[in-house]
Amino acid sequence: MSDVSLSPGAEARLAEIRAAAEAAADRPAALGPDIDITRFRTVSEADTIASLDSLERQVKETVLLSGFTADETERSASYFQMDRTPIYERVQKAFDDAIEIMSTEEALKLYGEEMLEKYWWRAVDPGKDKYTAIVALHQTEGYFIRIKAGRKVEKPIQACLFVSESDVSQNVHNVIIVEDGAEANVITGCNIHTDVKEGLHAGISEFYVGRGAKLTFTMVHNWAEDFSVRPRTGIVVEEDGIYINNYVLLKPVKSIQAFPVAKLVGDRSTAVFNSIVYGLKDSVIDLGSETQLIGENTRSEAVARTVSMDRSTVYSRGRLIGRTNTCKAHLDCRGIVQSAESTQWAIPDLASEGAPGAELSHEAAISPIAAEEIYYLMTRGLPKDEAVSMITRGFVSIDIPGLPDVLRKQIDKAIEETSKEAM
Amino acid sequence: MSSEQAAPLLRIEDLHVSVGERDILRGVDLTIEEGETHVLLGPNGGGKSTLLNTIVGIPGYRVTHGRIVFKGVDLAGLEIDERAQLGIGIAFQRPPAVRGVKLRQMLEVAARSELTPDTVADLDETLSLGHMLDRDVNMGFSGGEAKRSEMAQLLAQMPDLALFDEPESGVDLDNIAVVGGAMNSLLKGEERISERRRAGLIITHTGHILEFVNADVGHVLYNGRLACKGNPLDLIEEISSHGYDKCVECALCQTLA
Repeated sequence: MSDVSLSPGAEARLAEIRAAAEAAADRPAALGPDIDITRFRTVSEADTIASLDSLERQVKETVLLSGFTADETERSASYFQMDRTPIYERVQKAFDDAIEIMSTEEALKLYGEEMLEKYWWRAVDPGKDKYTAIVALHQTEGYFIRIKAGRKVEKPIQACLFVSESDVSQNVHNVIIVEDGAEANVITGCNIHTDVKEGLHAGISEFYVGRGAKLTFTMVHNWAEDFSVRPRTGIVVEEDGIYINNYVLLKPVKSIQAFPVAKLVGDRSTAVFNSIVYGLKDSVIDLGSETQLIGENTRSEAVARTVSMDRSTVYSRGRLIGRTNTCKAHLDCRGIVQSAESTQWAIPDLASEGAPGAELSHEAAISPIAAEEIYYLMTRGLPKDEAVSMITRGFVSIDIPGLPDVLRKQIDKAIEETSKEAM
Repeated sequence: MSSEQAAPLLRIEDLHVSVGERDILRGVDLTIEEGETHVLLGPNGGGKSTLLNTIVGIPGYRVTHGRIVFKGVDLAGLEIDERAQLGIGIAFQRPPAVRGVKLRQMLEVAARSELTPDTVADLDETLSLGHMLDRDVNMGFSGGEAKRSEMAQLLAQMPDLALFDEPESGVDLDNIAVVGGAMNSLLKGEERISERRRAGLIITHTGHILEFVNADVGHVLYNGRLACKGNPLDLIEEISSHGYDKCVECALCQTLA
């Protein structure tokens, strides 16, 4: 920001952000295991590339598992960040005037005043905990995506945040703005190189869904057994806006803790959270979402499917806060524990704050696959282990209405790969 | 097996089965030859479904005495899927709903991955599967839909011995005709009697299904035993006019049993 001249108001805002972050630099998060973040150094620079084809083969294969493809014909725009460097950012010709894609550093240079006033640390508090603080104080880029008003972009926009080194922390800050009446599908994959062992990914994401706009945000996480992940996400949805969040975690991770918060400020706005989580090996997974139903006639639904195996611990949380009499929301979290050494928590949380008319409900269940379902498949000739795996795949294949086909296929493929490995 | 040709398709010898603490079957003997269709009648709780579930190999149905031999193989110790691979199939009375598993996938499994689009189209035409194909199997299916789905799975599997647990229960007349037609094509095919190979065992209460399927032999399962044997339609007529208690005492049964 040093080479950009800002108004005194904007400078003051930056100072405010810095002060809040500094005060939180050592503050542990409310949830999830505490991490000693001083052990990690910041990720390094990488060389930019002219085309996604020049990514090394191993990187291409890894990112494909989370839906990022080097063949961009089925994508409208791409952003690829290697460690701390945005090595590739491009909008396909047909969408040139509809989409802006760049790093948030570049966006701050171009739109500093606007960013600071409306979008920069407005949906997430920089002083929340040490993970917001590390990003505010030692940011390593992140993506900025804007879809122009009224433009409906069906082809997904893809973004990948890749870590190629061990013992580093990648501290990204992402912003997505879907302007009034616009629509977009964003697929993001966070990946690490197969050689990477330990590390931290701290990711701030702020999403702004305008009036009558729609954002489908699909994230497939692909971490490793010694990697820790602390995303902090805030979403603001205006009148008639729709936010759909699809989250898929199918690989082991040391620990991940995330609890995105959607604020439905506009009347008739909607937030939907779908998540599919496999707890594998020694993973500690603490995931959930909060929707604040503020505007009139706001709606929200959160559907979570969790399968835990090995020695994993999984917390599946969901919180609905109704602040208006006309809001309605439902949580649906179901889990299957498939190992005697695994622990699963389902924690639905409902609050009506001064809204006697708010209709909030939940359905939480942790139970095994019914034996009669397994027998049923076996009577058609399927061996028991294959029957269990087929039912488990079915359990996690939640129907996500309106999910673009390409995303559906991506998720199915990821689940398929996982169940093959688990067999 | 020294004389495989002479061996019956299914031979049940002095079968005793317990479920939990209760003895349900107390000495059932039954032989089904290739190409034969048998009907199993009997009062509720008499053990008809127990017999089918035991043949299929559902855990919890404990054989305490006797044996079941299929194609010369003693089924004791064989898992459900191994019995299915040997050629035993079943249409359940109330199949369980399986969230996330589509009927289409069930057909693929039953057809051992040899399911061609033509087969699916045929099944769809015969059984009006339509939108059911891509629905979670049995999830919210009506009575008729569930039966048609079961029949489709059996037709995809083409087992040598097909077991039907009350194929007409909870089904309207139109659907009985469709289900009966499918049973007929599975059991009888277009072949001549001498060439028929597939066999069936049908549990029925009302006998309605026999208007569509020609059965060769009827049995009454009463108090854990096969109490009598005869022409299926005659047995049903006898039972409907005199009840099971009288039926098993009647002279016809006594001589045939």
